[in-house]
Amino acid sequence: MKLLRIFLFIIIVFNTNQAFSDENNDKLINKISKNIRCLICQGQSIYDSQSDFAISMKLVIAKKLNQGFSENEIYEFLKNKYGQWIMYDPEFNKKTFILWILPILLFLLGGAIVYRKLNVQK
Amino acid sequence: MKNKIFLISLLLFFSFCFVVLFKGLNNSNVYVPKKTTEKTLANFVAKDFFTEKEIFFDQVFIDSEFYILNIWSSWCLPCIKEHPKLMQLSKNKSLKLIGLNYRDNKKNAKKFINKFGNPYSNIFSDRDGTIAIELGAYGVPETIIIDRNKKILKKFIGPLDDKSIKEINLIIK
Repeated sequence: MKLLRIFLFIIIVFNTNQAFSDENNDKLINKISKNIRCLICQGQSIYDSQSDFAISMKLVIAKKLNQGFSENEIYEFLKNKYGQWIMYDPEFNKKTFILWILPILLFLLGGAIVYRKLNVQK
Repeated sequence: MKNKIFLISLLLFFSFCFVVLFKGLNNSNVYVPKKTTEKTLANFVAKDFFTEKEIFFDQVFIDSEFYILNIWSSWCLPCIKEHPKLMQLSKNKSLKLIGLNYRDNKKNAKKFINKFGNPYSNIFSDRDGTIAIELGAYGVPETIIIDRNKKILKKFIGPLDDKSIKEINLIIK
C-alpha cells in the first residue's frame, strides 16, 4: 500500500511538473511570436497571423525552444535569416538610436518648456 | 526676437517632417528580406520526397559545380509558370537542381511532376514548412543558387523569368 502511495505521488508530481513546463513553454512561444513580424501579411505579428509562413514560424520557434535555444538566441537566429526587420522591437544600434533617443529628448524638451513657463508665471 | 527664432525653428521642423513623409509616400510598403542575409546554406535533415528516407543536405551537395535549390509546391500558380525555365536549366550539365516541396500534398505534388516533368535530381519534402524557414525563405517559389562550397551566390524570390535565367547563366559561366 505504501509503495503504491509513493508511486502515485511520483506520477502526480511528474505530471504537474510536465504540465507546468508545457504551459511555460507555450507562454514563451506566444511572447516570442508577438515580437516576430509575419513577412506575408506585413503589419501583423506571427502570433496574430494565420498564414502558412506564420504557422511554420511558430513550429520553428517551438522546435528551437525544445532544442534548448534561449529567447535571445531565437531572435538572433531569425535576424540572421531574415534581417533586423523581422523583429517588432528594434534593437539599439547606430541605425536605430534616434528612434530610441528621440522620444526621451522630446519628453525632456517638453518638460523643460513647461518648467520654464511655470517659473515665469511665479 | 525669441519668438521669431521659435517660429522659424518650428517651421523648419515641420518642413523637415513634411519632406521626409512626402518622400516616403513613393516607397514600397512591402518588405522583402535581404537576398543575401546569410552567406552559406544551413545544414539540416530532410525527408526524401519519394523514399521518405531522412537525408542530410550535405549528402546531396557533393558532385556538382553549382546547385539550384528551388522551393516549389503544386498549389502555387507561379511555380507552374516558372517550371519550363527549370526544365531548361536542368539540361545544363554543370548544374544540379534540387527541389524542396513546400507544405504540399504528396499525391498532388506527384501529379505536378508527372504532368510538367521533373527537372530535379533530388526532391526533399517540407510538409510543415520549417525547412524553408531554416533556409531563410518566406514562400514559394523561391530559388537559391549555391556553389560547391555551399556558399549562397544569389536568391530569387518569386518565379524565375528570362531575366533571372540570364543572370543564372552569367553566374555559372
